[in-house]
Amino acid sequence: MEAAVDPLFFRLTIFVLAIFVGYHVVWAVTPALHTPLMSVTNAISSVIIVGALIAAGPAGMDLSGVLGFIAVTLAAINIFGGFAVTQRMLEMFRRKDGARGQDP
Amino acid sequence: MTADLAALAYLVAAVCFILALKGLSAPGSSRRGNLIGMIGMVIAVAVTIADPSVMSYWWIIGGLVIGGAIGTAIAFNIRMTAMPQLVAAFHSLVGLAAVLVAAAALYSPEAYGIVGADGAIRLASRIEMILGMAIGAVTFSGSVVAFAKLQGLVSGAPMVFRGQHLLNLLIGLVMAAAGVWFAANGNASAFWVVAALAFLIGVTLIVPIGGADMPVVVSMLNSYSGWAAAGIGFTLENELLIITGALVGSSGAILSYIMCKGMNRSFFNVILGGFGGSGSVDTTAGQRKVNQGSADDAAFILQNARKAIIVPGYGMAVAQAQHALRDMADKLKDNGVEVAYAIHPVAGRMPGHMNVLLAEANIPYDEVFELEEINSQFATADVAFVIGANDVCNPLAKTDPACPIAGMPVLNAENAAAVMVVKRSLSPGYAGIDNPLFYRDNTMMLFADARKMVEDIVKGL
Repeated sequence: MEAAVDPLFFRLTIFVLAIFVGYHVVWAVTPALHTPLMSVTNAISSVIIVGALIAAGPAGMDLSGVLGFIAVTLAAINIFGGFAVTQRMLEMFRRKDGARGQDP
Repeated sequence: MTADLAALAYLVAAVCFILALKGLSAPGSSRRGNLIGMIGMVIAVAVTIADPSVMSYWWIIGGLVIGGAIGTAIAFNIRMTAMPQLVAAFHSLVGLAAVLVAAAALYSPEAYGIVGADGAIRLASRIEMILGMAIGAVTFSGSVVAFAKLQGLVSGAPMVFRGQHLLNLLIGLVMAAAGVWFAANGNASAFWVVAALAFLIGVTLIVPIGGADMPVVVSMLNSYSGWAAAGIGFTLENELLIITGALVGSSGAILSYIMCKGMNRSFFNVILGGFGGSGSVDTTAGQRKVNQGSADDAAFILQNARKAIIVPGYGMAVAQAQHALRDMADKLKDNGVEVAYAIHPVAGRMPGHMNVLLAEANIPYDEVFELEEINSQFATADVAFVIGANDVCNPLAKTDPACPIAGMPVLNAENAAAVMVVKRSLSPGYAGIDNPLFYRDNTMMLFADARKMVEDIVKGL
């Protein structure tokens, strides 16, 4: 091929492959941990903060900067809250002998 | 830091997120997985802040400190029974953040490097931007409605009115037209028209869905928040966002599927709403005879059993009876009774909700079983102890092909030698149908608040 491929198609490739990775990883999650799964996916989807950081970080403040600042704050609530509440839940899952569950 | 190095670091962060989800395949590996997820997030944020386009840090630090403090405070104070509404609230924040980031990119496209040769935002970026923003807006307002229903701020009953689906279709069409308008010329007014309509449709889509269908709604909004993140990732040409969005999107979709399967209903049947509280109750039920028992009767039967299976439902969560239940199970185990818990996939208000509530009460997770694992064991159990559950153990699902829950997988509680049902009254469950389990000869009804009844049983043991 002579012409270069539009980078959009590389991203599309990454996107589709990541869906398949997600599909297989999530089916392997034990149903008992579906609530922590939701809270942790919530936390990681807040990686949208990377877009907000760019907007909040220009030298001078403008409209985008304000929007970015609010978005950073909202995403930070989610990141800290999501990971912390997930950790709190996972700490509760214990075995019969009182010990926390270990890897088989 | 060079762009290549940043891309590599984003790849590491993406792998961390995948490992975080992979850790959840067993409780033992889950905590380490969560820590790896946190590391991934720290890498992603640090690399972005190190980007040369970020020149001022005060607003960023302010946002991180304020958001971090609020988030941490919420996480450590929230009650486990309130997890469904917390997750719904968190989803709404992801959705709103997606809208804000899309708007920031609209007004400062040069900061994101998405400006084409003609000085305007490129066509592909405009399409991705409007899609990501619209999904984010629907996620936001839909999650706010789900939160209000779960928190009890508005009635959990489905709100249906004539022409509802027509209205949604109309909003959807106008929104699509405005979206095309924006894609064509990047007009900021078109952007906000789409945003306003997307906020609106998020509300009108979720109001007709009843409270007990919220597990599907919360899972679906989980999925949407992922697709919104992926859409923004395409707009900003950020591979980490695309990968993470895809992971979260497929995760929420799988959970929605599992929940729908647990009710034997199609996704569209749930989403179109109006289910539950239809008033199709069999009025002859009032004349049928039930065996009513006391806490002492129940205590006597339970301590003479060899094996008891506990079936918890949302009623247990409402009554906060899980700690009393653990006390009861401990006493029974001291008396040599084998105790197990049977969890229906749609018990509670979100996937896995019951498991978390039982874990919170220090009930070991290896005594807690999923429907397929335990359903055959009811036949060998002396007691099935149903607490705050109804439709999930309604035998009509197996015998009456005309009932609303026909074909739904149910727990075979009626196969136990004796069945005890802790319930406040004979009122029907969410599906609005009577439960023949209550009228069987081997069933003893314990009419009381779940927590009080269990505490009384503990005293009688």
